Amino acid sequence: MVGDPGPYLLLATILFVIGAFGVISRRGAITILMSIELMLNSANLALVAVSRFLPAAGQGAGIPDGQVIGFLVLAIAAAEVAVGLAIVIAMFRLRESVDVDLARLLRW
Amino acid sequence: MTALAAVAIGVVSLQWVVLLVIAAVAIAGALVVVLHRSPVVGAMGLVTNLLCVAGIYVLLNAYFFAALQVIIYAGAVVVLITFVIMLLNLRPEARGGPGLVPIGLAVLLGLALIVVLGRPLLEFSAPTAEAVAPEFGSVRQVGEALFTEYFYPFLAVSLALLSAMVGAVLLAKRHLED
Amino acid sequence: MDLFLVVATIVKVALVVVVVISAVPVLTWVERRGSAFMQLRLGPNRVGPLGLLQPLADGIKFMFKEDIVPPFVYRPFYVAAPAIAFVAALLAFAVIPFGGTLMIDGREIPLVILDLDVGVLFLLAASGMGVFGIILAGWASNNKYSMLGGLRSSAQMISYELSLGLALVSVLIYAGTLRPTEIVEQQIGGTWNVFPLFVGFVILLVSAFAETNRLPFDLPEAETELVAGYHTEYSSMKFSMFFMAEYINMITGSALVTTLFLGGYALPFQRSVFEGWLGLEGNLLAVLQLASFTLKVGFFMWLYVWVRWTLPRFRFDQLMRLGWKILIPLALVHVVWASLLVMWGVPA
Repeated sequence: MVGDPGPYLLLATILFVIGAFGVISRRGAITILMSIELMLNSANLALVAVSRFLPAAGQGAGIPDGQVIGFLVLAIAAAEVAVGLAIVIAMFRLRESVDVDLARLLRW
Repeated sequence: MTALAAVAIGVVSLQWVVLLVIAAVAIAGALVVVLHRSPVVGAMGLVTNLLCVAGIYVLLNAYFFAALQVIIYAGAVVVLITFVIMLLNLRPEARGGPGLVPIGLAVLLGLALIVVLGRPLLEFSAPTAEAVAPEFGSVRQVGEALFTEYFYPFLAVSLALLSAMVGAVLLAKRHLED
Repeated sequence: MDLFLVVATIVKVALVVVVVISAVPVLTWVERRGSAFMQLRLGPNRVGPLGLLQPLADGIKFMFKEDIVPPFVYRPFYVAAPAIAFVAALLAFAVIPFGGTLMIDGREIPLVILDLDVGVLFLLAASGMGVFGIILAGWASNNKYSMLGGLRSSAQMISYELSLGLALVSVLIYAGTLRPTEIVEQQIGGTWNVFPLFVGFVILLVSAFAETNRLPFDLPEAETELVAGYHTEYSSMKFSMFFMAEYINMITGSALVTTLFLGGYALPFQRSVFEGWLGLEGNLLAVLQLASFTLKVGFFMWLYVWVRWTLPRFRFDQLMRLGWKILIPLALVHVVWASLLVMWGVPA
């Protein structure tokens, strides 16, 4: 057994950074949304990994809190995607493109 | 005794090998998302990444959460994203992108983030125990915590989901009159 | 890990895979002869007695057909798509219990491949992955008809997964567990879930039809509008993998409905008649249960054929209206009904 959350947290960090890099460097709105998903997902990984190794109330290790917070993150991620995609569709109708650089006007 | 110890060591290293392979594939999938020009290929990279992370949840004994991850993330969110990509018939992004300077800055920022975030994480020093509790990861345990201790966050998230749903319908509607 | 358990598991996996895959040709025979029976035709009757060897001939034909990969496809996804559909379909069956416990050499062998605490969710997850096979096939084919088929399929799957999930939720609330074997054992002890939860049964059945892209919901491959939908550009073994995936999905859907609502492998009146009056137990009971499970699944497979040759195809807006405006609200109300039953202490 890999006995502590260190390696998992390192992986979560790497995934988070890759996601952040995607958000900064890409222009396609949908790719940016997917990169945000990567970041949320890495946060979940960190939460579950830590909660797996914290000592439980009884014997052994593992508390449910990390999973519960992760569950809430999942729900928020789903909501974010629904709204994000609706915005992308609305924007595509106006501009025939999903390039976020074209969406810098606050009016049309 | 020595044979037993060897088996034990073998088991440990097998776990490590599995973890490393899954982690490598997960990172590769994430890189496909941010680097590939075609959004559909990116979405498939995202699925690969999400499935690998679900695999890691299984390694962590969080079976319920792994199932949720696959159903909600891989099964619903990415299908929705792929649906929109196909609906808008998006072509691969044009080459050129934001130019070398911002990308270089992003890479630098990323490396800095890894160093800043990674150092304390590796020195994570909360009291940890190795043997997993029998009820960890079960539906019952997560459910009980969700509906007692985390009841108000749960309620807030439900409301957030509801408002997101209404908002999405409103945004996607062509004309508000009909 | 115990060697005995390892061997038992391998045998179970091999057996299930072989039985499920070889059920597909039999089902195609049933489908063709059944449709002929309903339309007062003869159907294929030349190869072997009653045309029973026709599926074998078809299979051989599939294998020897030229495997055409059109030049305009996106190759990696084009090749991967049928494999994804096929593997996801097979994987979903792993959590279905198909019999009670078998005793061999004084050891108990439960007749289920994966007895998971989150079994029902595993099935949902695996079948959810199958959608990607269809979407990728539609996109990678680079063809209008395929693309439309893939689009329709993803919209349909997302919509009906909701009502399917809600119908499952009502059963899970009623049973108080997500482990399929426990759900079945509970029905053996009490009544089959179809009686208290009849509406959920109907919703799950309709959603299962939609999830497997069968008539009257076969819009992703509607041949009169879309040539063949998402598998227009596929030939030879790649096509037959989609074909087999569809039939395996039908089997899994039938098995799911059976497990959740019709007592799974339970015999009718098992406690009173078979165990009490006839005094059956052990292996004989297990074998009878296996037969009972097969019969129940077989009935639903026949239902698929029956409905296909009885009802016309829905229009897409009708499909969406049925899913979102009728099934989902009904399923929500039904969840409340199941919760009320639990509150009143109905489940044993």
